[in-house]
Amino acid sequence: MSKRLISGADQVLENVLENVLIFLTSRRDRNAVSLVCKSWCRAEAHTRSDLFIGNCYAVAPRRVTDRFKRLRSVYLKGKPRFADFSLMPADWGAHFTPWVYVMAGAYRALEKISLKRMLVTDDDLAVIAKSFKGFKELVLVCCEGFGARGLGVIATECRNLRVLELNEDEVLEDEFDWISCFPSDCTTSLESLCFDCLESPVNFEALEKLVARSPLLKKLRLNRHVSIQQLYRLTSLAPQLTDLGTGAFGLQDIIDPQQPAYQEPDHGHTFAACKSIVCLSGFRDLAHEYLPAIFPICANLTSLNLSYAHVDAQQLKSVIRHCHKLRIFWTLDSICDEGLQAVANACTDLRELRVFPTDPSENAEGPVSETGLLAVSLGCRKLQSILYFCQQMTNAAVIAMSNNCPDLEVFRLCIIGRYRPDWVTGQPMDEGFGAIVKNCKKLTRLAVSGLLTDRAFSYIGQYGKLVRTLSVAFAADGDTGLKYVLEGCTNLQKLEIRDSPFGDSGLQSGLHHFYNMRFVWLSSCRVTKQGCLEVARRLPKLVVEVFRRDEEDGGERGDFVNTLYMYRSLDGPRADAPQFVKIL
Amino acid sequence: MMHLKETELCLGLPGGGEADTLKVNGKRGYSETVDLMLNLQTNDQSSSSTDLKDKKLQTSAKNNKDLIKPPAKAQVVGWPPVRNYRKNVMAQKSNTEEVTEKVVTTPGGSGSAAAFVKVSMDGAPYLRKVDLKLYESYQQLSDALAKMFSSFTMGDYGSQGMIDFMNESKLMDLLNSSEYVPSYEDKDGDWMLVGDVPWQMFVDSCKRLRIMKGSDAIGLAPRAMEKCKNRC
Repeated sequence: MSKRLISGADQVLENVLENVLIFLTSRRDRNAVSLVCKSWCRAEAHTRSDLFIGNCYAVAPRRVTDRFKRLRSVYLKGKPRFADFSLMPADWGAHFTPWVYVMAGAYRALEKISLKRMLVTDDDLAVIAKSFKGFKELVLVCCEGFGARGLGVIATECRNLRVLELNEDEVLEDEFDWISCFPSDCTTSLESLCFDCLESPVNFEALEKLVARSPLLKKLRLNRHVSIQQLYRLTSLAPQLTDLGTGAFGLQDIIDPQQPAYQEPDHGHTFAACKSIVCLSGFRDLAHEYLPAIFPICANLTSLNLSYAHVDAQQLKSVIRHCHKLRIFWTLDSICDEGLQAVANACTDLRELRVFPTDPSENAEGPVSETGLLAVSLGCRKLQSILYFCQQMTNAAVIAMSNNCPDLEVFRLCIIGRYRPDWVTGQPMDEGFGAIVKNCKKLTRLAVSGLLTDRAFSYIGQYGKLVRTLSVAFAADGDTGLKYVLEGCTNLQKLEIRDSPFGDSGLQSGLHHFYNMRFVWLSSCRVTKQGCLEVARRLPKLVVEVFRRDEEDGGERGDFVNTLYMYRSLDGPRADAPQFVKIL
Repeated sequence: MMHLKETELCLGLPGGGEADTLKVNGKRGYSETVDLMLNLQTNDQSSSSTDLKDKKLQTSAKNNKDLIKPPAKAQVVGWPPVRNYRKNVMAQKSNTEEVTEKVVTTPGGSGSAAAFVKVSMDGAPYLRKVDLKLYESYQQLSDALAKMFSSFTMGDYGSQGMIDFMNESKLMDLLNSSEYVPSYEDKDGDWMLVGDVPWQMFVDSCKRLRIMKGSDAIGLAPRAMEKCKNRC
């Protein structure tokens, strides 16, 4: 019986609407629909099955379960990105526990949970396993707090499990044999099993049996303890794989009495069987002489991640020249500018490139430079996303990329040496980044570095109308930079700034916009406590957190606040804030 | 006039808790942290001074193309923005990875203290890694390998520790026996018999070791002799 006092006709209308809305999947569209009127809001709430919450503290779990009754899938994000770089104190928060208990009570039919940067305990995993009978997919990205025991419970209880993905999590090393927990008496529904971030070895025999009875397995990402010989045994059992994380891709060097006598792995045979692989990663302990083994499948690859292997230019060339269909390529800078040129020559369809530093120190030689960036911009015209670490850069190369790659949506350039200008002209990097925001009309995410003045930020504010995420470090002259950004970037959602001279007046200029943002992070800037209090006073629904990092004892900054992290919450400040976090 | 503040390089975070940062008082903004090198040049003791005009004047002569590199490796937390997970994985790798010239890093970069090479033995179920820098002669290496692969015996090396390649018949005797001989892959990618060059040269050029049956190693002998002739 409906408890709502609406007429019969209206109810019919709502039912019709629900039947239509079931087909609406985009969450932005759904958010828009829910704003039309109360009736539409109700209808939308009844039909939403996938929920995305970008900041777990923006809303209390109860409010979610009160509004949405029929969720199948929940994606929760916790800590902000700068937590990945030790800028956030441990035990800051982002606990999954309150969420799992509330959801367990409300959503019997929940099938999928994805978490990013949250604290998840073994108990939480046990609650998932026991509460959601048809549970199918668990994806944990950059999470921590759980161990193999928790995984074991999931494996044991979730008989319909399709997806179990661990992505760059910090898993407690509790030496528990979770792989053996999967039911052994029948075939599984597993489609995806990823544990490449796991530090402890898994029971290989159990893994082999598991793969053998998982006919639907398409995605398998192994950790570095799986040797190349073991890999080949697995691939021969699962020729239907489309996504493979190779594990070590080198020889095993621990004593294993079970292992048959040492033989050179049979390369040619094994990968030839895996014609469906389109996504390849791993190479966690690469034996370079085995790299040619992947040649037979290179032509099919759309995604290749070599970023955990020291591959040089020559070695890369031998691989990349086959990879004509490549769309995503992650690598270390060990491939040098020469390697990037090879990428530019071969991968004309490339959409995403990430170049990570082998040596992250500030005075390193730097094997990649503006030369590599320019080469990529000339060869890979369809580039949409780039993350590039380097020691030196020029405005000219960045400007060239802005002209050659108009489809760029994500541009993240990290010049490791802080405050480095354009090394050829000696000028700040303003013009380069300015060209990016000006010419790349689809740009939604930007990370800047190098020597920058307020001019760069005026460009960003003026042209970066679609920018949703902006990362700034060690930049600018003064407050006006922040003012330009907050006043100009009307779509800004996530702002993360560190070690830049932005202060209170810059902060005030964003008062009109903070409610629309997912969060603002300012650390080691020139914002004072008074300034933060003022913001908190003017915007009562904004949770204004002020804290300092763990290592910071001494080094008083006087009035300056160490870290400011603020976000809008519908349910007031959180109750689980630790002592060192002050909510104003 | 170029704002010289922009060319100032900071070693650390304002208010950061590094060993290098000097005592400061009261309000401190990022523009007040001072590059150590500037300190040395200007001989200015007062780093807590908020007036940087003097320092700026002194640096005005500097061509702003010159990169003022901090003298010491700066320990900035969370910079560059590489995820801790990735940093940990790479740190682990550089501890155990064999030294190869192919990795382009800082000159005298990581891993130069040890020279790990993989050692495999035909028929053995596992392979090991040895740090060649721990040994000073072929005999020491031989002893260590013998301990690792207990069924393995190395042929007699003669007094200088080098195989006498010029004595073809002696070499052939060794290779025809059923004993194991060690071979190694050198910088050029060729497989050579261990013992053909002076020890230090071997350590520098050895990338990988393989202990094979003498009879299997016969193919290596002519090449080894060839190279030896070229070197002598």
